[in-house]
Amino acid sequence: MKIKQTVRVILTLVALAGFVLTACTATPTAAPTTAPTQAPAKTDAPTAAPTAAPTSTPVNLTIICRCVVGGTGSNSAQWMLDYVIPKFQDEMRAQGRDVTVDLVSFGGSDEELKARYALDLKAGTGNDIMAFDGFWVPEFAEGGLIQPLETVVGPTYADWEGWSHIPVSVQQLLTYKDQLYGIAAGTDARVIWYRKDIFKEVGLPENWQPTSWEELLDAARTIKAAKPDVTPLQINAGTAMGEATTLQGWYMVMLGTGTNIFDFKTNKYPVSGQPLLDALNFYKTVYIDEKLGDARLQLLADGRDRSFLSFRDAKTAMLVEGDWFWRSVLAKGGSAELADRDALVGWAKMPAMAPGKGINGQDFVTASGGTGFILNPNTKSPAEAWDLLAFMNSKEALDYFQTLEPRMRSRDDVAVPNDTVMTAIAKEMLPLTSIRPSDAAYSKTVSPEIQLMTERIVSGEMTPEEAMAAYAAAVTAAVGADRVEVAAP
Amino acid sequence: MEQKRPLLSTKTGLVFLLPALFFVILFLIFPFVWIILVSFTNESLTGTGALNPQNVGLANYSGLFDFKTWMMRGNFGNSLIVTLQFVFGSAMIGQVGLGLSLAIAFYRRKGFIREFVNTLVILAWIIPDVVVAFSWIAFLDRDFGTLNAILSAIGLGRPDWQLELSLLSIIIFNTWRGAAFSMLLFSSALETIPPSYLETAEVVGATFWQKLRDILLPLMRGHILTVLILITLWTFNTFSPFLITAGGPSFKTDLVSIFTYRTAFRFYEFGQGGAIAVVVMLINFALALVYLGMLRKQAVE
Amino acid sequence: MKKTRKFLSNLGYYVFVAFVIAFFGIPLIWLVVTPFNSQATLALEFPSQPTLDNFRQVFENKFAVQALAKNNLILAVGTMIGITFIATLTAYALSRARIPGRNFLSYTLILFSSVVTGTAAMVPIFLIISKMGLIDSHLGVILVFIGGFLPSAIFIMRDFVDGIPRSYEESAMVAGARPLNILGDVVLPLVRPGMMVIAIWAFVQSWGAFLVPFILLRSPDKMPASTAIYSFYTEAGTPNIRLVAAYSLLYALPVVILYLLVNWRYGFRFFGGIKR
Repeated sequence: MKIKQTVRVILTLVALAGFVLTACTATPTAAPTTAPTQAPAKTDAPTAAPTAAPTSTPVNLTIICRCVVGGTGSNSAQWMLDYVIPKFQDEMRAQGRDVTVDLVSFGGSDEELKARYALDLKAGTGNDIMAFDGFWVPEFAEGGLIQPLETVVGPTYADWEGWSHIPVSVQQLLTYKDQLYGIAAGTDARVIWYRKDIFKEVGLPENWQPTSWEELLDAARTIKAAKPDVTPLQINAGTAMGEATTLQGWYMVMLGTGTNIFDFKTNKYPVSGQPLLDALNFYKTVYIDEKLGDARLQLLADGRDRSFLSFRDAKTAMLVEGDWFWRSVLAKGGSAELADRDALVGWAKMPAMAPGKGINGQDFVTASGGTGFILNPNTKSPAEAWDLLAFMNSKEALDYFQTLEPRMRSRDDVAVPNDTVMTAIAKEMLPLTSIRPSDAAYSKTVSPEIQLMTERIVSGEMTPEEAMAAYAAAVTAAVGADRVEVAAP
Repeated sequence: MEQKRPLLSTKTGLVFLLPALFFVILFLIFPFVWIILVSFTNESLTGTGALNPQNVGLANYSGLFDFKTWMMRGNFGNSLIVTLQFVFGSAMIGQVGLGLSLAIAFYRRKGFIREFVNTLVILAWIIPDVVVAFSWIAFLDRDFGTLNAILSAIGLGRPDWQLELSLLSIIIFNTWRGAAFSMLLFSSALETIPPSYLETAEVVGATFWQKLRDILLPLMRGHILTVLILITLWTFNTFSPFLITAGGPSFKTDLVSIFTYRTAFRFYEFGQGGAIAVVVMLINFALALVYLGMLRKQAVE
Repeated sequence: MKKTRKFLSNLGYYVFVAFVIAFFGIPLIWLVVTPFNSQATLALEFPSQPTLDNFRQVFENKFAVQALAKNNLILAVGTMIGITFIATLTAYALSRARIPGRNFLSYTLILFSSVVTGTAAMVPIFLIISKMGLIDSHLGVILVFIGGFLPSAIFIMRDFVDGIPRSYEESAMVAGARPLNILGDVVLPLVRPGMMVIAIWAFVQSWGAFLVPFILLRSPDKMPASTAIYSFYTEAGTPNIRLVAAYSLLYALPVVILYLLVNWRYGFRFFGGIKR
């Protein structure tokens, strides 16, 4: 019948249209439109030195970060709105350039921000300056989503005065394959935070410093015996806490056995051996055997927040966390604000398994991460964007930021005011620190596998040997057998 | 199916269908084909798979079904088992069972109680996901939640819903959330049953259960099956429990939709994500075929 | 004997009703009570001094308020209108015209839509909208919503249309009316309850949606409430319970009021069940 035939034709066309559309648009998932090799058209050097090169076209720049006034990262948002944007616009106007800046306040989670970046960069758009966590750089760079400063700005980027004030190790936070992608905002370190009031109550020294795992565990045991309803020690594990597990938990323990997650000398990942077993057994001791930690907090989705509140309420005695815990969470306005923080909270360095057994023969260990801002390769105004980025990291801008939120900044000429704890941590811990590998496989596979491995121990699902075997298998499958080190336990 | 003379010429009908076709091609067919094609590659959004996606054949599929590891928590096999339990408990027994009970309980009753209950059940359905999830997190909290406050008051202690009973928690939650739809469908289906059937039964002295078993259920069998198909498919793919448990603790509530989310959104592995979506689609298809087969059989009777 | 049976059956009914009211009502009490409590926690605590302070603080967050009052409304109303119009048109065509394989089509579309509205389809959707230049636009989101909700809406709507006796249309045809007029003047008034149902359903679905707006929108001033609610969370990811509860209540209220209004005026039911 003629009608049936027409219908058949139409349905075929519909299906064809679907396929054609797919074929047309499936290919752009290859290289995104990043062609920032256009050298900045303006000849002004990307430093703060005023160059009279008036631009005729108005330029609008946008900065995006996880910062909302009155919410997440409020201090950063405040800094942008009160200082960076108005002062930069003034400076541009003084140079006869028409540049306006807008802040995009992102209120979602870190994971959501990362997803948004990935999609935007893939589509060839995105905001000019993006707040970026250091350990995202490798996978974005490898995926061709971001480009080095040299490509986006041109060789003049190296003329910035700030580089000489930022230690190379900190610069490396936003580096991949020896190329810089942005400027690191600051770094951090991890220590053991403990409640001085609980320690006093159970007879432990107020200025406490363990020198080995045994001493750490002994302190925990003392607390447990004297105050059974207080959780003595909390050290991160499990998938719910994400990267916080790897950096605040696993790294702190693992480094104490003398091995790193990633061997920088051989460029390989150690995936089995006695050091891993020792670290896993430490977790097992704390969470399963002696119940010195609350496994529940490590398994619940919002466990991390609960652990903060628990510490604030003196229900947890020791918490291994970053300095961010002190300056942002316990501080005034933080999510677990503790009124008498300075008097009630002390900090101690995380000991190695035994003196001298830590990485590089150290007695104490810590790990550092860091965030910063990168330049979007899709920016329409690379020269102005670079000027803004450099301005944000000038001594004056960072000094102002310190008045809002004192923390370890990237520049060595920016001190940490008014906070003896932060100054002390910066001084004592940074020389001892280890950083994460600059490798896409780390953030994509290795870190999640570490989280999974610790979760299996803490939930009692596997023995240390089994968990280690699963870890070894997964990492080997991801990076290849020639990039892993296998040592017999 | 009765043979009716069409009121619309097929041509006009097709014209009317054009807007829908536009949307269907663009937002259903195209993504579907894309997903199938991408499932044969190692495409990802970041990392090496982003610049040079390679065709990997069936590698993504065999990775899902690697029988040595797939039952480990966090892998596909575990996800499937969790989802099957979830669908069985919250869709088949929960939503359909509760919806049916509600429809039957209020059959031919009017008045304030009926309206009130109706409204409550529907409110549970229409309030936004985020709000409902938040309320349930508060409700289920071991130490502060209302549920445990009630349970401990009547001497049943304080179960740890979020840690030990997490799967049961989301089953109950999903039942609560979705009962309205089947209740509405069954209610209107019941209304089409001529009251004379039941009046006759009443005269003969049939009990409630006899009426249920011999009259109502057989007459509604077609409807029950249809509702079961829809609800099963929807529940299989629902994502809301993520807002309460995030797939945990320790992957005990790792529904297939959450597993897909983690693969495609946390790890940006679209090749693998596509493979999961295709497999899920095939499973859904199989389930639908089973139901449709049962429907056809009952239509013949 | 019969009296005892009647008594037992009544008792059973009331016990069941009590259970149902408790089951569906209790989880929601917290939501209604907590926003008025200045010491809000996860526990259900009736405030000794109810306060509107939490709401006042919520209103200071201009970005969240705009999300709810403006953006959600635009998205939901746009989707509602689009779905109602297209689903009715399509359902009518599927019901009244002889289109081969229409049953198969219905079920296949439902299958598609349930998988394709999941996270796996996010990238192709993003790519399409990107190519259409509709990223960061409400229109883009509305189009995707319509596409996703259409199969189910058509499914439901078709049932309503099938239940309308054809005699009216046949008489109109005999009188010489054209198909569009028949649809508009004769069928539409009869099928209005169905349109109400899918209109509300589409409104509700888009009101609460999170993933699609999150993928497709960029500017904070276009985001809907499902995203904006996270601006009441702290940097650590902990919710500020007082404010989140207050905002949640505000967020839930419009759909509740909409349903109550429609139910009161028109009644909210499906038609005749779905038979196949």
